Amino acid sequence: MSKDIRIKKGLDINLVGAAEKSTASAVKSNTYAICPDDFHGVTPKVIAKVGTEVKAGSPLFYSKSNDQILFNSPVSGEVVEIVRGAKRKILSFKVLADSDQQFHDFGSKDVNALSGDEIKTHLLASGCWPFVKQRPYDVIANPDVAPKAIFISGYNSAPLAADLDYVLTGKEQELEAAVTALSKLTPGKVHVSVQSQGSPLAKVSNAEIHTVSGPHPVGNVSTQIAKVDPINKGEVVWTVSAQDLVIIGELLLTGKYNATRKIAVVGSSVKTPKYYEAKIGAEVSTFAYDAGVNGDNVRMINGNVLTGKTIAPDGHLASSVDTFSIIPEGDDYEFFGWNKPVFNKISYSRALTFSWLFPKKKYDLNTNTNGEHRAFVVTGNYEEVFPLDIYPMQLLKAFTYQDLDEMEKLGAYEVAPEDFALTEFVCVSKQNHQDIVREGLDLMLKEIG
Amino acid sequence: MSLKDKLHNIKEQYKGKKMAPAFNAIHTFLYLPNETTHSGAHVRGADDLKRTMNMVILAMVPCLIWGMFNAGYQVTIAENGKPEFLSFFDHLQYFFTVDNLLVGAVKVLPLVIVSYLVGLAIEFVFAVIKGHEVEEGYLVTGMLVPLIVPVDLPLWMLAVAVAFGVVIGKEVFGGTGMNILNPALTIRAFLFFAYPTWMSGDKVWVHGAKEVAGTADAYSGETMLGMLAQKKELAYGIDEAFFGFIPGSVGETSTLLVLVGAAILIFSKIASWRIILSGVIGALVMGLVFNFVITQGWITEGSKFYALMSLPFWQHLVIGGFAFGITFMATDPVSGAQTNKGKIWYGFLCGFFAVMIRVFNPAYPEGIMLAILLMNVFAPTIDHYVVQANVAKRMKRLKVKAA
Repeated sequence: MSKDIRIKKGLDINLVGAAEKSTASAVKSNTYAICPDDFHGVTPKVIAKVGTEVKAGSPLFYSKSNDQILFNSPVSGEVVEIVRGAKRKILSFKVLADSDQQFHDFGSKDVNALSGDEIKTHLLASGCWPFVKQRPYDVIANPDVAPKAIFISGYNSAPLAADLDYVLTGKEQELEAAVTALSKLTPGKVHVSVQSQGSPLAKVSNAEIHTVSGPHPVGNVSTQIAKVDPINKGEVVWTVSAQDLVIIGELLLTGKYNATRKIAVVGSSVKTPKYYEAKIGAEVSTFAYDAGVNGDNVRMINGNVLTGKTIAPDGHLASSVDTFSIIPEGDDYEFFGWNKPVFNKISYSRALTFSWLFPKKKYDLNTNTNGEHRAFVVTGNYEEVFPLDIYPMQLLKAFTYQDLDEMEKLGAYEVAPEDFALTEFVCVSKQNHQDIVREGLDLMLKEIG
Repeated sequence: MSLKDKLHNIKEQYKGKKMAPAFNAIHTFLYLPNETTHSGAHVRGADDLKRTMNMVILAMVPCLIWGMFNAGYQVTIAENGKPEFLSFFDHLQYFFTVDNLLVGAVKVLPLVIVSYLVGLAIEFVFAVIKGHEVEEGYLVTGMLVPLIVPVDLPLWMLAVAVAFGVVIGKEVFGGTGMNILNPALTIRAFLFFAYPTWMSGDKVWVHGAKEVAGTADAYSGETMLGMLAQKKELAYGIDEAFFGFIPGSVGETSTLLVLVGAAILIFSKIASWRIILSGVIGALVMGLVFNFVITQGWITEGSKFYALMSLPFWQHLVIGGFAFGITFMATDPVSGAQTNKGKIWYGFLCGFFAVMIRVFNPAYPEGIMLAILLMNVFAPTIDHYVVQANVAKRMKRLKVKAA
């Protein structure tokens, strides 16, 4: 039984620089890097020491908390450097790519014949497990706890995010294989949400298809989980992002780990925003400068402008993103910026801000906070952009004062940091909600588990 | 070197020093800071707390200007007697005169200046001591205070009250965003109980009434609530009260301009329409109950509550400071209820108790102040029950699942 997911609360942030629907190949990257920090909560243990020759799919490191969870190399080549930071913390594994790519052969499988345990072992061994995330806590899924359901969002509603319908076109076979495999990992259902029935994901079998409509964050998995099958205390839900399904599907069908994906390179500082085919861990300069960057004072972001991570121009593409954004830095003063009428920025209020007059206009926002950090003062505005049946400010405060009991009662199991991106956007006190939520969830994970 | 660069250099010099918040407060008044996002969402909405507070001040400016004219106009009326005209336009002819404005401005502007100087000085000192930025909460409080006191209030009393209200009402709880009671009302309540002769009675609402008391030129300037509480005949029509040609605290008299302010605040999504609407409903309900008591004959003319109880229920909205209080002070997001459902209850009870206190406590005829302060105290309790309902729903879902 399919259920439509419709929300009214939320906010679409219309920005300049959406990707044109054409795909270019990125320049070949010399080195590839995998950063353990991209997988939240993972402490890496080295498998491939400096100098090791690896194939695409060979493991680079495993997680200290669970040695079954392997993280693999996107390409074949030599591990040339393990970059370490303060206290010898591992920041990234750098692989110098061979010109002739070798794939580790995991063997092609007939998905329908495999059992759930066999699939799980296969995903773990091939290093594809980190693609599976869990709620609560928004971390890599614990393979030992079976989830009550698996959710896949086929619609990314974040500002300027990649159009998944476009990106997934032609990958129907891979999606079918991956969804079938996932359906064996849960006693419950696999729920797939799509924006329209035309989505390549809408045709997969072994899953329940939901059509979503409404403003951002309707594409966030938490919103969909809350509408379909909310998480209660003690329950676990897994989620896999749509593009990762393609990689899992290809692995099952061909036995090869092919880390290639389509990235939407977007933002007002990009000259020709479009899609690029690039591998996980590629140097961002291989596609960013090909698309063209306006000016020097820009911020490059692995991911969308709401939830992504800042990355230096010599950095590498993160493993979990389908969007790469470049927007201008806002490190300049604005004369009487706090009281003059504002036409060029988005605001949820109408306090001499006029974005409500032009709902269709696309804005060129920079990274300025538009104000300083303050205590929580204004009430009632978070609720307008927060579709879950949770009191966002009360939960944020519970996270801040670290009351585990309160967090649990107020619904902390149901949220991920990304769900608080919009409340953070509209916050007049300029609090960093996503940080507050992340720290709170980490505390819960540590204390409650 | 431009002003922008010069200020930037000074800011860098002050960085990490004790006085940095004081400088930054002035700097950010001129320039939106160059701060960029470091974590979380990379782009942020256009509003900050300064803009929000600024809107509230803008919404109060019509009341302030009216208050200055009215302060002068009331003296004119008192000295020359109320002329024989009644229509709104007749009033206006004599209302907007330079003489009225001068008399009013000389009395009202010092109140505004003292309120801001004392309050902001204390805010700066606390910001420097505690090492946080100067928060904008006082910008609104500082404007509210002159609007809710009688025009003749001695400036030193105002200074003492502001110091008390800011320190005890706000800073001891941790500053803006942490206070339990509305600071402006704390200041007014302090004045009310510390200097009652300057805050109530029939000699304080019109400039100069105290000096001429007992002489041949004596005039009284009673508020309409005062007249009702004393069971005197009303000297003003309800239309005059609506437009604001009556004595009262500086900025509260004109219900019309309060409505303009309310419209600005609701349209700009700064004040909660829930609080204002439910507050009005609360007052109407209480007024209707009292009207019903009168029509039933349970209270007769001999009772001291009769005059206020028999006042037609809707007139409570127009006379006294009810409209001003429910619009500008009950909607304070920090001291009011914070959940949307809670706001409805909070607003309703503010209006309900305001009228109840008016009627049953003629010694303190301005019920809205005490009603809001009372509901400020209960707002966290209201929110608690609203949030608990959400928690209970979650628990129920879990139980259904387990069963």
